[in-house]
Amino acid sequence: MADKLIPTPAQTVGPFFHLGMARPEWSDLTSDNPAGERVAIEGRVIDGDGAPVPDAIIELWQANAAGRYNHPDDSQTDKPLDPHFRGFGRVATDAEGRFRVVTIKPGPVSGRGNALQAPHINIALFARGLLRHLFTRIYFADEAANAGDPLLSSIEDEAARRSLLAGRAQGISPALYHFDIVLQGENETAFLDI
Amino acid sequence: MTTDPQSFARPRPGTQPPYLYPDYASTVKRAPKRALIPFEHTLSEVTGPVFSERWAGPDATDLTTQHKGTPLGERIIVAGRVQDEEGRPVAGTLIELWQCNAAGRYHHPVDQHDAPLDPNFTGAGQVVSGPDGFYRFLTIKPGAYPWRNSPNAWRPAHIHLGVFGPGFVTRLVTQMYFPGDPLLGYDPIFQSTADADARERLISQYDPMLSEAEWALGYRFDLVLRGRAATPADPG
Repeated sequence: MADKLIPTPAQTVGPFFHLGMARPEWSDLTSDNPAGERVAIEGRVIDGDGAPVPDAIIELWQANAAGRYNHPDDSQTDKPLDPHFRGFGRVATDAEGRFRVVTIKPGPVSGRGNALQAPHINIALFARGLLRHLFTRIYFADEAANAGDPLLSSIEDEAARRSLLAGRAQGISPALYHFDIVLQGENETAFLDI
Repeated sequence: MTTDPQSFARPRPGTQPPYLYPDYASTVKRAPKRALIPFEHTLSEVTGPVFSERWAGPDATDLTTQHKGTPLGERIIVAGRVQDEEGRPVAGTLIELWQCNAAGRYHHPVDQHDAPLDPNFTGAGQVVSGPDGFYRFLTIKPGAYPWRNSPNAWRPAHIHLGVFGPGFVTRLVTQMYFPGDPLLGYDPIFQSTADADARERLISQYDPMLSEAEWALGYRFDLVLRGRAATPADPG
């Protein structure tokens, strides 16, 4: 333990992160025409006063439609890789705290042991006022597999569990899901210690 | 049937800043109040975007030649090694950099600080780390700038650096500071990390071996990312 280096602490992205991080084209993960069901996800980032957070930036990491990550450590070799899908996205909130991404619905991913994780998108959130980023996940409210998901099952508080479910807008095609990220207070989103 | 992935180590107590830190005023309404939910790492946490094929665009490591003329200010080299806490190099990962100019003004519409913009300086760069984990930028030393956190509050000179690392959870966005800056003692963002050795990690070191005679001063800044947990159950 004494031989280990101390990891570098995080610091806030601050209010001017667009200068170094703005990539509007990364809000569309389907730009190379990957396989799978196209979905749009819209939402708002909200603070403890219920006010919009116009200076947040969200990063997304997800598996492809078959549930495989585009990464050498993904050992799920029974699932195909999609060379047209990287699985990484980034989007900044607008003046009203809103964001929108377009992607394909990820397939289920193996969990620890024999568990199967329900389809989800991994999220990292950065903003002024956040000294370190926050991790969360977006699940899809209309997925039956959510009932067996190890993370969702581990969350005892029902409101916290529900905060990770993106609801589907009725009658819209391609599918549109809604997912707000509430930093603090009533309906606070569940954030992860990972 | 896949074997369980090897988890990354959790940060040791006090080595990362808290979310709520009232001396940094904007954390008061943005820090979560509920406890974070612990979860053991799966493929979702240990995999992450791979940048070695440069799909994020070409390297942009010289911030002093992006315009017609040379920017004002002190030319500096910022270089170091991306590694994990075991000292293993992290090759092929993306580093993004952004900063204000020598006068302390960002090339960003939100920054209205009364300091001049430099038509020869934008202040953004990126690079993919080399096979030994090394990276190097040539830029201008940023100035300190005022912010409205409290009366007469000034941010110490700093360069924003973001790096990905091997997995989604090794992601790090931080700020690099300069040695001997008197503003560090007053800055709540810098002070927010409780562990003194961890705070030291944020300060670059003047390195005469990096300096180039009659050209640029060199500052060494290594980026140390989370390493692997010793055993699957080891929290680090």
